Amino acid sequence: MESYNTLNQEIIDELRAVSDHVLVGSAINPDYAKDEMPIYGTHMPDLVVQAYSTQEVSDVMKVCYKHSIPVTARGAGTGLAGGAVPIFGGVILDISPMNHVLGYDLENFVVNVEAGVLLKDLQDDCITKGLMYPPDPGMKYACLGGNVATNAGGMRAVKYGTTRDYVRAMTVVLANGEITHFGATVSKTSSGYSLLNLMIGSEGTLGIITELTLKIIPAPKATASIIVPFKDLKTALSAVPKFKMAHLDPQAIEFMETDIVDMTERFIGRSVFPKQCNGEDIHSYLLITLDGSSDEDLDEQIDQFSKVCFDNQAMEVFIAETPSQISNAWAARSAFYEAITDEIKMLDECDVVIPVNKIAEFIPFVNEIGAELGLDITCYGHAGDGNIHIYQCSNTMSPEEFEECNNKFFDVIYAKAVEYGGEVSGEHGIGNAKMKYLEESIGKTNVDLMEGIKRVFDPKMILNPGKVCHRL
Amino acid sequence: MNICVCIKQVPDTNRIKIDPVTNTLVRKGVPSIINPFDTYAVEMAAKLKEECGGKVVVISMGPAQASKALRVCLSVGADEAYLISDRAFGGSDTLATGYILAGAIKKIEELEELKFDLIFCGKQAIDGDTAQVGPQIAEQLGLAQATYALDVSCTNDHAIVKREVDGGYDTVLVQTPAVVTVVHTDQMPRYATYSTRCEAKKKQVHVLSSAELSELDLAQCGLSGSPTRVVNTYTPSVQKLGIMIEGSSTTELVDKLVGILDDKRLL
Repeated sequence: MESYNTLNQEIIDELRAVSDHVLVGSAINPDYAKDEMPIYGTHMPDLVVQAYSTQEVSDVMKVCYKHSIPVTARGAGTGLAGGAVPIFGGVILDISPMNHVLGYDLENFVVNVEAGVLLKDLQDDCITKGLMYPPDPGMKYACLGGNVATNAGGMRAVKYGTTRDYVRAMTVVLANGEITHFGATVSKTSSGYSLLNLMIGSEGTLGIITELTLKIIPAPKATASIIVPFKDLKTALSAVPKFKMAHLDPQAIEFMETDIVDMTERFIGRSVFPKQCNGEDIHSYLLITLDGSSDEDLDEQIDQFSKVCFDNQAMEVFIAETPSQISNAWAARSAFYEAITDEIKMLDECDVVIPVNKIAEFIPFVNEIGAELGLDITCYGHAGDGNIHIYQCSNTMSPEEFEECNNKFFDVIYAKAVEYGGEVSGEHGIGNAKMKYLEESIGKTNVDLMEGIKRVFDPKMILNPGKVCHRL
Repeated sequence: MNICVCIKQVPDTNRIKIDPVTNTLVRKGVPSIINPFDTYAVEMAAKLKEECGGKVVVISMGPAQASKALRVCLSVGADEAYLISDRAFGGSDTLATGYILAGAIKKIEELEELKFDLIFCGKQAIDGDTAQVGPQIAEQLGLAQATYALDVSCTNDHAIVKREVDGGYDTVLVQTPAVVTVVHTDQMPRYATYSTRCEAKKKQVHVLSSAELSELDLAQCGLSGSPTRVVNTYTPSVQKLGIMIEGSSTTELVDKLVGILDDKRLL
């Protein structure tokens, strides 16, 4: 176990000498102690630096490295696995002030951004230029640096891939303060180990990402969102592989059941999804986005898609035609998490990823285990890529009771996911929350390799200690 | 209950930027959408038709591509669609537009062999934001009007209109036929289904040009027939941002607010 120094006035003065944006004591907002899942522990940092430049990050890291002070990088703090929580105290390097889009290179289809730019700001900026940044995680107010640090996935991963597929290059500040660059504005590379890809998904444990070169694509000319109701979830999920077989390539295929839809509509205060179809109650939905190269192309896809749905027992095919219908449907989908947290006193979640063909049998299993343990289970997720969001909820248990049931629940469902050939996290990351399950699923040898890599990047183990592979 | 719904195809203003040099809208590559208020008007008409029977006819004045917007309406409850399109109508201001649409509505009553009980419009179009065309149609046709409607129900020869007003709503009784302009209501516009979309594709969007609308006086149509002249467009100056006061209790917040007002010598 590493030993870290605590901040004293001398070190604070050294930090103040290199940064004008140092916060200590009561000036530190309590939000810095947590991310969106305080259940995994909260801890106040001793000092916060709100960084405005790569050089400032570098100067701060040099001081922290010299004195062996733990440093946790933080963006918008929207993580769900404790990744941005400074569990050893020390310094938080808040990169959210680095929020500038630095420029587009439309000959190479990349955009250069600072790591604190919000996902929504980049997506919106791209749209006004006829471009698209395809990764589309549910939390639009996350920083791109955090998206890269967790390899965030999102709704469009089924067609366009995850954040990893859109990172061409990055500027990184290493633990000792040295500034380096990984990757290049090229489409392929066979040039030694991919340090770029090591950084993606490293959750602030290998270096601090300050700037990014991201791949962008021309925006599709036409898109349509489609809500497909089914009598039950199994039937809905069974339809999914048929789309590919029919040469359809939706940009998003989300599944959901009526419980989460009802909860979200109470939260947002309006009804978005149809509840009945020809007098029959709807129980499950697929929410799908198709994109096309022209209105005619899209029209043809909608026809073909509808036929596949009806061949697979869809109750109806609802087509969102207007921008407000489309944005309402997807805004409701993006509000699922907030809707749950609004109604539930105690909750935990996981974002396990399993082979697509196993979802239909995995979800009833998850519901059954939850019921046995007295937990209310809500599931939804990405039917197209096997990434499921499972929420264990209770409004009646004591915190101790909830923790005990929840741990038992995790043990069983992660074991099942591994049995199916799945992985612990599809897009939220490991943080400190899922380390035990990571080791159980990939084995000690692999976690040792990860820890060895971390030690090369960060010999004093000061970067986000106690996360991902750094066992205490 | 026969209802005519006037819709407009507008640029998606969420996707529009202002050219910082010329101060004009950059419309290049901006997709066209149905004016959002009009989608609520179509939904209101479709719902009334379900309750009372009758026919919903949707009309739009614009270029040929506006027929796409009309076809969408055909997939969400409209029975017939008319595109009012002629070069002579281009550049019309709201007065000329009201005049042309009123003439078209009279012609469509003849062609469809019916009388409209209600004429719906969206409250205003999001590109011009005037909210004048609905009332001008009423004036041209000599009909009663009710603006800012949240809900409409009908008796034999009257409509009961729930109107949005500041801080609440009022309810008015209007003699039909009448013109009603519609705001965003709680009734979300319905989705098209695969089958309604297929049926809409088979339907014809009828086109009425100045030849069919021969009773119109062309001197009152188009740019030359419009008394309005746009002499300048400009970007409104940005209002100074408000101050966000943060604190953990009401007392603390009030104290901070009083402190700020006091500093500015406003108390």
